[in-house]
Amino acid sequence: MTAPAVAPARGWRVLAERLPPLSIIGPFVALFIACVFFSFESDRFLTGQNFSLIAQQVMVVGVVAIGQTFVILTGGIDLACGMVMALGSIVMAKLAVELGVSPHAAIACGLLVTVFFGWLNGVLVTFVRLPPFIVTLGTLNIAFAITQIYSKAQTISDLPDPLLFFGETFQIGSTAVTYGTVLMLFLYLMFWLVLRETAVGKHIYAVGNNSEAARLMGISTRRVLIGVYTLAGLLYGIASLLAVARTGVGDPQAGQTDNLDSITAVVLGGTSLFGGRGMIMGSLVGALIVGVFRNGLTLMGVASVYQILITGILVILAVATDRITRRGA
Amino acid sequence: MKEQTIRSGRRLLTILLLACTSTAAYADDVVIGLITKTDTNPFFVKMKEGATQEAKAKGAKLMTAAGKIDGDNASQVTAIENMVTAGAKAILITPSDTKAIVRSIKKARDAGVMVIALDTPTDPQDATDALFATDNLKAGILIGQYAKAAMAGKPAKIATLDLAPGITVGKLRHDGFLQGFGIKEGDASIVCSQDTQGDQAKGQTAMENCLQKAPDINVVYTINEPAAAGAYQALKAAGKQKGVLIVSVDGGCAGVKNVKAGVIAATSQQYPLKMASMGVAAGVEFAKTGKKTSGYTDTGVTLISDKKVTGVDSKDTKFGLDACWGTK
Amino acid sequence: MLQARGLVKRYGQVTALDGSDFDLLRGEILAVIGDNGAGKSTLIKALSGAIMPDEGEILLDGAPVKLRGPIDARRHGIETVYQDLAVAPAMSIAENLFLGRELRRPGILGSVFRVLDKKKMLAQTIAFMADLQIGIRSMKQAVETLSGGQRQGVAVARSAAFARHVVILDEPTAALGVKESNMVLELIRRVRDRGLPVILISHNMPHVFEIADRIHIQRLGKRAAVVNPRDIKMSDAVAIMTGALPSPAAT
Repeated sequence: MTAPAVAPARGWRVLAERLPPLSIIGPFVALFIACVFFSFESDRFLTGQNFSLIAQQVMVVGVVAIGQTFVILTGGIDLACGMVMALGSIVMAKLAVELGVSPHAAIACGLLVTVFFGWLNGVLVTFVRLPPFIVTLGTLNIAFAITQIYSKAQTISDLPDPLLFFGETFQIGSTAVTYGTVLMLFLYLMFWLVLRETAVGKHIYAVGNNSEAARLMGISTRRVLIGVYTLAGLLYGIASLLAVARTGVGDPQAGQTDNLDSITAVVLGGTSLFGGRGMIMGSLVGALIVGVFRNGLTLMGVASVYQILITGILVILAVATDRITRRGA
Repeated sequence: MKEQTIRSGRRLLTILLLACTSTAAYADDVVIGLITKTDTNPFFVKMKEGATQEAKAKGAKLMTAAGKIDGDNASQVTAIENMVTAGAKAILITPSDTKAIVRSIKKARDAGVMVIALDTPTDPQDATDALFATDNLKAGILIGQYAKAAMAGKPAKIATLDLAPGITVGKLRHDGFLQGFGIKEGDASIVCSQDTQGDQAKGQTAMENCLQKAPDINVVYTINEPAAAGAYQALKAAGKQKGVLIVSVDGGCAGVKNVKAGVIAATSQQYPLKMASMGVAAGVEFAKTGKKTSGYTDTGVTLISDKKVTGVDSKDTKFGLDACWGTK
Repeated sequence: MLQARGLVKRYGQVTALDGSDFDLLRGEILAVIGDNGAGKSTLIKALSGAIMPDEGEILLDGAPVKLRGPIDARRHGIETVYQDLAVAPAMSIAENLFLGRELRRPGILGSVFRVLDKKKMLAQTIAFMADLQIGIRSMKQAVETLSGGQRQGVAVARSAAFARHVVILDEPTAALGVKESNMVLELIRRVRDRGLPVILISHNMPHVFEIADRIHIQRLGKRAAVVNPRDIKMSDAVAIMTGALPSPAAT
């Protein structure tokens, strides 16, 4: 490598290198274009209140998607997230309403349960060495069954106020914003910083990108993986509290599509399903894209089935874009 | 050595299994099978209750099975096969996948077993010997008529919160509502139609978005009571819950409680217990006399509401709570 | 600098190392060659800490050491560059250089919040790579955008940056073309010139003869010979390796 003849970089090449890659800008651009489109199609779209509404609608899946992003970054996947979340909300609701436990203690118990499931997933993946797909498929069923049995498949209502706190709103100007939305944004910001600015964040990327290399460099892949799955469990617990606050009930049938919805958000956000690449803000954007389309198409009077069609097309575009830009590397 | 142990182990297992499954035949009881979509939905729990009661009363043996989730066809296929092998004379089934299960049902019928669909017709409907179900169209008509009468001539702005594309139950209830209300699909008074998959949180989101589109919605048709609860939550958040009429279908205990609480104005109650007990009775009759039941039998639907309106018959929530399914 | 005496390693019925000796002098490039089954890779695994020998001892700077694992070896100042390079392709050069050994910001930010000092790591990477004269435009580039030779350069630079005593390179030019191989060989020379002795495992005789100061020939689980490439013909070295020529008395 003695004084190699490095070709003088052409102008656009330099610019392309300075700009973040397509997989990072793509989701933001898509979200922006969608918003512009819908604001033309309906004059009720571009209001503060409508955006606050969309944020509320995505906040549960949005928080679940944080956990899912972490898991996917390590090269895994979590199919159990929705069911674990439902279990968490049933535990919180049942303890608080039927067993008269103090609401804050009930919340803590719900979180403990979801954290346990997360930790269980992590242990099964690292020590028993089962593929995450299979492990979480198993815990999905276990969590679902426990939820149904424990709740007798009945919705629990009349929840005490602390459980409903995150559904309450405060005013920013003339717009009502829910505390849950603020919590979601705060969590995204916090974990964005963790992934970007700490060694643990780098280790998570390394484990997903080349776990053997990470291991050889002295990173304990076991600790990273168990940590990630356990953290995901905690996030599902927070999501269950948000779900309870938003709907006002503990619903044992909730969260059934959350696994696919969160994976959709993660993929739309530019994170690679193979692990090691992606950013957490993308998942927020991904969740918002789905919410914006759902809201916008309803305002336009378009039938629900087209929302599903469009989501499918967007997912394929997102994955294809990721692969195409990767091939250039 | 090891191979021999495995082989004898397998033989022992087979003998045990045969012994278990053939006790049914040896006991000279009539065996009726009940296969529900899931084990946990209170609707099917009630069905199982009705079937068990009737089987006990008639001295028949009831075998039950269920899928893991709504849509789990494979488990139901296995269940049909097992029940036929076990000598069931009749099988009652709420099909999770109305098309895919037809093949297995045909095999069972070819083997001389009478198959009756409960609650949900197969596609095509005559793939089963008979159907005992709610007239979902009538269920929709009743609440449509109720809503029309309750509006008392005020101009209606209607939102329909539906199930999902392609599912007959959802379509029948929706069409029935429109028919009962006296309007056709595409009428100007329908300002919003969104799918909810019968899920409460999705119902809430759908209602929120519909309200964004048309803040003056005053009538909401919902596919089932969880969706109605979600719609109410959205209306409450917007401060509109007093001026909007919500109607629904199902008649589960939680739903009837909501009617009592004023959340839902009226709901069409259906009777899973009746479906199952009638099914068991028909099965026993077939086993004893060889006479098959055929065609569609309406298991009844009752409009439940605490506010009577002219032109539509309804019963109050006390009746509803007595007859409801789920945890009282 | 690094010595081994009487190393024995058995895998079931197979004896991979049968009383093997090893000597690495300060400031030299020592190439290790040997046919398949000669125990070459087992010897290197023992020296890099990947395995522990059944018998024998390893001495580092005259003092006996027990290397319980690759990370333990690193702690003793022995760095190894594996054949598959152990880099995370999607991460940048700077990130890969400090992988597992990230620098943290001073003060509370570093100790409590464990925030990385990315500027410092980038600056150190740039400085170090420039020192080794590795010509890559940006240290922020993802490793996967580099050519094979550049990637090898990054891996070698990483081990040279952190090694205190020995750098072990396993087949560094195996997957490279002529031009890139020469770049890597130049780099290896520069690493030695900075005072780090290098153990080089290679099947490529021309490369071995080009840069090695001495050549350790492994055969049948023992050290067959140590020769100087200037004093011996390539064909003779290969012959000792395969057994066609008898091993000269070990120096």
